[in-house]
Amino acid sequence: MFNQDRWQEIFETIRKNKLRTILSGFTVALGIFIFILLFGFGNGLKNTFKEFFLDDATNTLFLFAGKTSKPYKGFKSDRRIEFENSDLQDIKDNFPFFLEYITPRITRNAVVRYKNEFDNYNTRAVAPDHQFAEKSIIMKGRYLNTRDIKEKTKHAVIGRLVARDLFKQEDPIGKFIDVGNSVFKVIGVFQDAGGDNEERYIYIPYTTRQLLEKSNDKVDQIIVAFRPELGHTGALAFEKQLRKFLKEKKSIDPRDPNGIYIRNIADALKRNQQFSNVLQWIVTFVGLGTLIAGIIGISNIMVFVVKERTKELGIRKALGATPKSVIAMILQESIFITTISGYVGMGLGIFILNNIGVTLEDYFIKNPYINIETALFSTLILILFGGIAGYVPAKRAASIKPIIALRDE
Amino acid sequence: MIQINDLHKSYQMGNSSLHVLKGIDLRVEEGELVAIMGSSGSGKSTLLNIIGMLDVHDQGTYGLDDVIIKDLDETKAAKYRNQFLGFIFQSFNLINYKTALENVSLPLYYQGMKRKERQQQAFEYLASVGLADWAEHLPSELSGGQKQRVAIARAMASKPKLLLADEPTGALDTTTSYEVMDLIQKINNEGKTILVVTHEEDIAQMCKRIVRLKDGVIVEDTKTNQVIASQYV
Repeated sequence: MFNQDRWQEIFETIRKNKLRTILSGFTVALGIFIFILLFGFGNGLKNTFKEFFLDDATNTLFLFAGKTSKPYKGFKSDRRIEFENSDLQDIKDNFPFFLEYITPRITRNAVVRYKNEFDNYNTRAVAPDHQFAEKSIIMKGRYLNTRDIKEKTKHAVIGRLVARDLFKQEDPIGKFIDVGNSVFKVIGVFQDAGGDNEERYIYIPYTTRQLLEKSNDKVDQIIVAFRPELGHTGALAFEKQLRKFLKEKKSIDPRDPNGIYIRNIADALKRNQQFSNVLQWIVTFVGLGTLIAGIIGISNIMVFVVKERTKELGIRKALGATPKSVIAMILQESIFITTISGYVGMGLGIFILNNIGVTLEDYFIKNPYINIETALFSTLILILFGGIAGYVPAKRAASIKPIIALRDE
Repeated sequence: MIQINDLHKSYQMGNSSLHVLKGIDLRVEEGELVAIMGSSGSGKSTLLNIIGMLDVHDQGTYGLDDVIIKDLDETKAAKYRNQFLGFIFQSFNLINYKTALENVSLPLYYQGMKRKERQQQAFEYLASVGLADWAEHLPSELSGGQKQRVAIARAMASKPKLLLADEPTGALDTTTSYEVMDLIQKINNEGKTILVVTHEEDIAQMCKRIVRLKDGVIVEDTKTNQVIASQYV
């Protein structure tokens, strides 16, 4: 293998048979190149999918209240259940082990006005931890804090698009806006990876909202985040216990499917991940297909190459080449060519993936990439099969009697 | 040098078998120049191929330089070919992408000789056939006679005990044929044993002994008055 003389012989053969070398090298390089591109695009598609569906925190439960459908403990059915502030505190007190944070959410629609600009927006009255649930990113100023909640301040954090539409070029921080006929001071602007709609919200302290609504203590919705290390099973257990606890507190029949609803993001996440896995399978399948096509291509080339050299091999054998040396020569040559061109194709593929990255975002391909292990592994596979594809015809050629090989024209 | 007793060979052609050699007995001593003659289909090339270990016989014995050649696997045959035998073919059989020098040095490569050494030796053999100036040329740039001389130099390069020529002049015109025969005679005069398969009477007369084959048997085996080729060149 490391015989210098043999390498010299091989380099000579390669140099003097350029067409053959280019032909087989090109097949390999093309195969691995297409594989890298397709695989990378597939990964890009997955990235887009992830961005669409997986932007919110994934360790959250959404609690809604509705009407009961069964009579229980002297209550009639069709009773309206509502959350209130004491529920927040009770969940905090009873589930410290599971809980990461908790926040209410009261959603109201309001006309929002600044100077002459106005539009209809959704306001969400929340607690400071809501920032984590939505993964809101502060661009300017700050988010709501506990003092805002305690003092029921009239502070608002507005989405990037709200700021753009109402304030144009102006800096919104410290300015006053009119939200459904009460005046709020803008303390922060946020952005959200979840898309345009997420950036049209206005966040205010939930206590302020309650104060505005005749000082009640009602809450539409509660968002509960569990500690991520609990995993999916832990989340399910938590959900079950939480449901039981709240039903007891609100005197709802344990068998009543209505009254309290819990949406577990972990479940939705699991579904989305399943879809994501299907995508992964498609990507892998396409990749494998390309790889197999590449292998078939090399096999064809190798058969052709060996066929073309039958006479030469006959001459070599007549001059004293052993079958082993004939096979070794063909294999070494083919592996050398496939290795060089394989890595050229791989490098080129990775280079292009890295450089077209952004331009394909319009086609739902974001950050196409291939991890280096997959790239190296597939290249190795191709080289290996190139070797096998070369070995079979080489062995046959080596076992042909020289007299028959010599007659080959 | 060569001891052949009752040699048989048949080829399988589909269902029927073609009996090509039907009991050949032949002895060749060292330093002989033997012409094997016969019309096409007489079995002369088959005999040469068996002697050259390019093909195997079915029955009988074949000994080369006191070694019984029998049940050779390809690896062993390759080794023997490389050590004992040099081939000259009608169609030259040069490797077309290698220069004259590289072609001549190829058997030395398979003997495991170092690159520098084998190129030097190959060059000497090329010079001895009068092609020193053509060492770096490809076969496609050489005339037929030159190609055959390269092939002869290549056959000689491995210092074989026996030189086998299968219709060496078959693809050449008369003058060139005589030039090639002149070269073969000179090599023979230096003591090399040479077998020449031919169907041309004048070429056969330039050998020292003629063995005639017909339908797979030797019908005549005579010494000749060797015609010296150089007088025609």
